[in-house]
Amino acid sequence: MAAKRTRKPKLAVWKFASCDGCQLSLLDCEDELLAVTGQVDIAYFPEASREYIRGPYDLSLVEGSITTPHDAERIHKIRRQSKVLVTIGACATAGGIQALRNFGDVKEFTRLVYPSPQFIETLKKSTAIADHVFVDFELRGCPISKEQLVEVINAYLHGRKPAVPTHSVCVECKRRGTACVMVASGIPCMGPVTQAGCGALCPAYNRGCYGCFGPMETPNTPAASGAFSRLGMNEDGIIRTYRSFNAYAEAFRRESERHEPTNH
Amino acid sequence: MTRIKDIATAYLPAEGLQALIDTLRQHHDRVLGPRVREQAIRYETISSVADLPRGVKDEHEGGRYRLHQGEEATFFGFVVGPDSLKSIVYPPRLTLWSMKRSGHEGTIEDQDEPVGSTAILGVRPCELAALAVQDKVFLGHGFEDPHYRQRRERLFLVAVECLQPGAHCFCDSMGTGPGVNGGASWDLALTELVGDGRHGFLVRAGSDAGREMMAKLPLEQAGDGLEKARETALAAAAKSMGRTLDTDGLKKTLYDHVDHPHWEKVADRCLACANCTMVCPTCFCSNTMEETALDGSSAARTRVWDSCFNLDFTYIHGGHVRRSVKSRYRQWMTHKLASWQDQFGVIGCVGCGRCITWCPVGIDITREAAVLQGKPTKTSGRTTS
Repeated sequence: MAAKRTRKPKLAVWKFASCDGCQLSLLDCEDELLAVTGQVDIAYFPEASREYIRGPYDLSLVEGSITTPHDAERIHKIRRQSKVLVTIGACATAGGIQALRNFGDVKEFTRLVYPSPQFIETLKKSTAIADHVFVDFELRGCPISKEQLVEVINAYLHGRKPAVPTHSVCVECKRRGTACVMVASGIPCMGPVTQAGCGALCPAYNRGCYGCFGPMETPNTPAASGAFSRLGMNEDGIIRTYRSFNAYAEAFRRESERHEPTNH
Repeated sequence: MTRIKDIATAYLPAEGLQALIDTLRQHHDRVLGPRVREQAIRYETISSVADLPRGVKDEHEGGRYRLHQGEEATFFGFVVGPDSLKSIVYPPRLTLWSMKRSGHEGTIEDQDEPVGSTAILGVRPCELAALAVQDKVFLGHGFEDPHYRQRRERLFLVAVECLQPGAHCFCDSMGTGPGVNGGASWDLALTELVGDGRHGFLVRAGSDAGREMMAKLPLEQAGDGLEKARETALAAAAKSMGRTLDTDGLKKTLYDHVDHPHWEKVADRCLACANCTMVCPTCFCSNTMEETALDGSSAARTRVWDSCFNLDFTYIHGGHVRRSVKSRYRQWMTHKLASWQDQFGVIGCVGCGRCITWCPVGIDITREAAVLQGKPTKTSGRTTS
């Protein structure tokens, strides 16, 4: 039972390099959103409200990755103002799709893209929040699942562990009664090495999993790649499969690098 | 459900199959049978023979399953798909009870809805064997699972004997097939026979309910020739099993080989994705989760399928017991083939081969057992790597 509170906990939502999709998941909660606002004070959430209550904050949700020197400073200030800090989404937990830059030369990109690259101040790598500050809980996904977000807030409010499983997507496929697309249709699927959370959305529509929720608890990526290659995927395809929203998550990064031509 | 000796044998011409489905539909709240969905044969609601995958053939290998439309007129010319009776008697997700709070008092409400009667057409002998194993798990030991019982008691089972085993099948090794032989009690058993210009089913009743059902069907006298044809076909099926598992001394072999280097080799290939345990018709592990309302006014307890391949499955004070994938695979296989016998008095494997077909990397329990037994193993492409 939750302890009696004298005031509602203060919730803040922070944005770093990201598309805002995960923050929107909170607004997308609709029915649950009212219940959430009944239990917490939304103290800082620029996406939703101009209201701004000064810190410290009881619960901070952090979206986005660290890509600039300014942001690398800012996250420390946020951490200092937050009792509990939860990162939300692939950007915040793994560097996001923008971490594809980590495999190239960011200076070269800025020269190609911007007419005056000297004004661009950016870091060589896009990195997860946990690479910079202590994170209390990481909520995966691109985007996150709104049910899991509500569960994390709910667990926080009641002082219990969030029921956010770290096993494979396969478990979700089987529980919902979806036949394995890899076995029955020969479609390479990241499900066996990807953390559950989406409810096995893509396999339910006869698509392979894209790995939006990042590596599962004990990902055997070499074995999965072996299966992909037996299904006819070439080395380039394998690299691309691991290099998406969670390209810089440790297990996926290592596996994609293992298939680079220079590493053979 | 009293088990009675086979009391009647008759012949149902293929044209009479619709009458069987109609009769089942008249007497039961839902009728399930084999049907193609998502490129696989599943247990789905059926209302007509047109729903059945007539002529469909299934191809099984380690990590590979394909369906083909064949030329044959048979209704049951395939074996088991990824589904088993498990999801019917033991749903993958079930809210067990909920609780409402008012002040310091709580009221508990049972959330498991009463289920209707379910007739299932096309239950294979290995499925009946698996159900008998599940009965021991959920109803034996003096601890009854009421959720399982209320589903289990409302089943009407129409078994179909397997005359064309798959490449992953080894029920003959486990003594659970290809004919209906022991296993859980069944109501009707069909053997699909094609030949001499006739296509139909040898029908037997295995229960009073089955005998009553037979009285409502357009049956013909079954001659001795048909019974002989059935025996010949079953003997041929037993010889055409794609795989074998030598159960002689198997328990000791597993207990003696806890440190066998082969476990490490399997772990190199194992994804720990839990697919084998999910498709296994006897794997029964679950997790229970509490869901709370945001304002703390209510809570509910939900049971979901879990797996010994999931890290959190063995989380206790101090950490996870089976951290390595090697220890998890060893636990699964040793439990299934050896310690299950000590726990429930039967072997946990029924030889259905689902764990072989539906393993994305084709890990093969029969082959891994053979390695531990020091036997030469058949190598067949995909199943080895």
